[in-house]
Amino acid sequence: MADAIASERGPQRAHAEGHGAAALYTDPGGLWATIRGWITTVDHKRIGIMYASAALFFLLVGGLEALLIRVQLAVPENDFIGAETYNQLFTMHGTTMIFLVAMPLAVAFFNYIVPLQIGARDVAFPRLNALSFWVFLFGGLFLNSSWLFGAAPNTSWVGYANLTSVQYSPGLNVDFWVIGLSIVGISSLIGAINFITTIINLRAPGLTLMRMPLFTWMTFVTSWILATAIPVIAVALIFLAADRFFATNFFVPGAGGDPVLWQHLFWIFGHPEVYILILPSFGIISEVVPTFSRKPLFGYPIVVYAGILIGFIGWGVWSHHMFTTGLGPIADSFFVASTMIIAIPTGVKIFNWLATMWGGALRFTTAMLFAIGLVAIFTIGGLSGIMHASAPVDLQQHDSYFVVAHFHYTIVGGAVTGLFAGFYYWYPKVTGRLMSETLGKWHFWTFIVGFNLTFFPQHFVGLFGMPRRVFTYPAELGLGGWNMASTIGAFIFGVSTLIFVWNLIRSARRGTPAAANPWDAPTLEWSVPSPPPHYNFAEIPEVESRDPLWKGAAAGPDRAVATGGDEPHMPSPSAWPILTALGISLTWILLMARIWWVPLIGLAVTAVCVYSWAFQPAFRAES
Amino acid sequence: MEIAHHPPTATGLDNRKLGFWTFIGSETLFFGSLISTYMVYKGAAVTGPYPHEVLNIPVTSVSTFVLLTSSLAMVLALNAVQRGSRAGTLTWLLATAIGGLIFLGFQAYEFTTFVHEGLTIQTNVFGSAFYVLTGFHGAHVSVGVLWLLTLAALTAMGKIGREDSLKVEIAGLYWHFVDVVWIVIFTLIYLIP
Amino acid sequence: MSAAAQDQESVVGGTGSTDEPASHPTWRFYVMIGLILTVITAAEVAVFYIPALRGVLVPILLVLSGAKFALVVMFYMHLRFDSPIFSGVFVAPLLLAVLVVVALIVLFHVLPHGMGTISGSG
Repeated sequence: MADAIASERGPQRAHAEGHGAAALYTDPGGLWATIRGWITTVDHKRIGIMYASAALFFLLVGGLEALLIRVQLAVPENDFIGAETYNQLFTMHGTTMIFLVAMPLAVAFFNYIVPLQIGARDVAFPRLNALSFWVFLFGGLFLNSSWLFGAAPNTSWVGYANLTSVQYSPGLNVDFWVIGLSIVGISSLIGAINFITTIINLRAPGLTLMRMPLFTWMTFVTSWILATAIPVIAVALIFLAADRFFATNFFVPGAGGDPVLWQHLFWIFGHPEVYILILPSFGIISEVVPTFSRKPLFGYPIVVYAGILIGFIGWGVWSHHMFTTGLGPIADSFFVASTMIIAIPTGVKIFNWLATMWGGALRFTTAMLFAIGLVAIFTIGGLSGIMHASAPVDLQQHDSYFVVAHFHYTIVGGAVTGLFAGFYYWYPKVTGRLMSETLGKWHFWTFIVGFNLTFFPQHFVGLFGMPRRVFTYPAELGLGGWNMASTIGAFIFGVSTLIFVWNLIRSARRGTPAAANPWDAPTLEWSVPSPPPHYNFAEIPEVESRDPLWKGAAAGPDRAVATGGDEPHMPSPSAWPILTALGISLTWILLMARIWWVPLIGLAVTAVCVYSWAFQPAFRAES
Repeated sequence: MEIAHHPPTATGLDNRKLGFWTFIGSETLFFGSLISTYMVYKGAAVTGPYPHEVLNIPVTSVSTFVLLTSSLAMVLALNAVQRGSRAGTLTWLLATAIGGLIFLGFQAYEFTTFVHEGLTIQTNVFGSAFYVLTGFHGAHVSVGVLWLLTLAALTAMGKIGREDSLKVEIAGLYWHFVDVVWIVIFTLIYLIP
Repeated sequence: MSAAAQDQESVVGGTGSTDEPASHPTWRFYVMIGLILTVITAAEVAVFYIPALRGVLVPILLVLSGAKFALVVMFYMHLRFDSPIFSGVFVAPLLLAVLVVVALIVLFHVLPHGMGTISGSG
């Protein structure tokens, strides 16, 4: 059905434009030149593709970890894997899925889509953009290299002090965690500053703030949260690193340190982080729902303001993760109230999406199905969230599988579902081909069944008293059936993800060719060929409305064809971003030597790279 | 080609300056978290030396004065480069860097004295919070000094002219920010008992 | 460029790369700010040593250092003369930073604790 939709304007035009993805992404100089082209690229589109590829790789790793966890929990008193391996698996599963999958997948879309949506030729700082990616990749690989040493992090993704102290975690496990996360954090920070500058400064003429596409808006808000929240976790990680490598006392109770401070710093970052995960997906479906309803987004300003409000209030709710630490009645009451308040702007958005669909000419493409899936599943996650916003309820549910069910409903059912919608929606823009709708629907329905079968029972398992992060449970609890259901669901979910990955790979070669605007979508990225030329826009467009391809001068029969003209001069490739990333990573990794001056070697490498970078002109004459 | 270097922006503001202000905004949270920790741990140390036993107000007042004065030198450097005075730019950039170096000298003296008095980064939670906070500030000053010396060298080689005043301005933003962080540290850590 | 952006451009008087002497304070002005900063610092240290002011030391110091902070940011960093966008990207995170500092001080030192290791005084 959707293939038919795509072909309305699609295949005939696509061939005429003649931009093959293969020709765009390979170098005529051969394999080595192609590799060098990618390593030194500063093109936001290539960087976006690399982010997505790396994150999908980590998705498979994190998914495998999840399946091992579920096998262990399938039956009571299982001895499939021991407690120690189990600890490493759930720690790495959480850390990987949040920092190496959900965040970079969103960043992949920021990279590829935002400059196109705002009518820019690239981001504000193309080389810094490359640096962000390489730092992220090295951090992620370093974190996962811990498996090779049999010392994967094992103190959970929240790494509560003082379990992470040398006294209680003498191995290398926590070293890998604190260093890996620090490196990845640097990447997020640089990226955030880049996107804030890009969105403020590189908008096309006429693209005022209140005409910006919602995805760009949510990227903007998310980047602000990153720019402000990452420094806080950076400081917490510095304290932990100092405690471990330089024997300081930040989280040593005997010396006056307070482990609860770790929790505060972690969650001051950690709760805004939740919105870092969800807002990009809110942005994605705010593009997808109007496009496939053939209606402008209902209440655009409200959705924008709600997003900004979520970003701000998200800063005032962190201690709801800490009710069980005994903050006292005043603090508890404050954080209960603020947590309940933040549900309001979130709920508002749900109604905006529903109202956009109301009376629209709905087209149930896979992208649209995932967008609707987000609205449904995220709402369930939101409701369970309001339950444990209440401190007394939370005291019962804390650290139980109820919480596991809740945050998987929000992060997988919300963030990841939205990212899937984004993949189906923008894939034709990136590759010039549509993803298979048949496989897409298989993906969607197996996802819905697998996801809900995995996590819905966990609400009950939690309320019946099963704690999280424990590697097994006695048969007398009577939870074997629920857990087996979860495990079966997880495997269906796993199959569903493989269908998705297969669809991504297969469609790149065999998908239906797509025109510039296969969905008849309203925003600027659809005005350039699919895939876009490396300079995006031959001429910078003028924007006259929120939906430039639906209303205004750009709308019309020929709107989808970029005009010709001389190729704009674009920033030159550079090897310094990847080398600087190596220097930064090395600085952190050398901390493991536990000799104070050794990391300075990495710092020296970084300094040399930064100087070389600074003195290399961004634009160089073509050789 | 020149146009490609600095395409007009939606706001008319330079990308580098806007990006740098955003970075400074982000840095407020970095130092905010470090300062919070120091404040949270105020009075938490279970063994000495305690803050009032080691902190030297007269000496730190002098180093604070030096850092503030270097900020003045920094704006004068910017003023000079905007007027197109190469000698003025060079003089004031060097003066700023020297101010930074003197401040670092004071910090080195302070740290050494503290260690002699028995306060290391490992002694107690006060030592940990103090050294990490002021150490990161000192690291920022060091980066600033390197940056200023680089600009001074470029100015001496005639590579920084009026049209490059933004380069001096951004270095200045960094320098003044490091200065205001010290203003906060001096009050909260040194003066408030 | 949109009309709004052009307006703003003319108000803020350039981006540093354009020459607009009117927007750049004079040498004399900078020295005066420097003198005020020095005087305030001297006052801070003096207040610290006056026993009679012990009781109000903290509020006085906070006001004085806040004034110094504002002077440097407004005049040396030019936020007073520059585009309000720069003020926005600086002040919004600064407020969050202040929120974090104040919230943590309140949580650890003011509010009574249930189980915290640092006992509250409230």
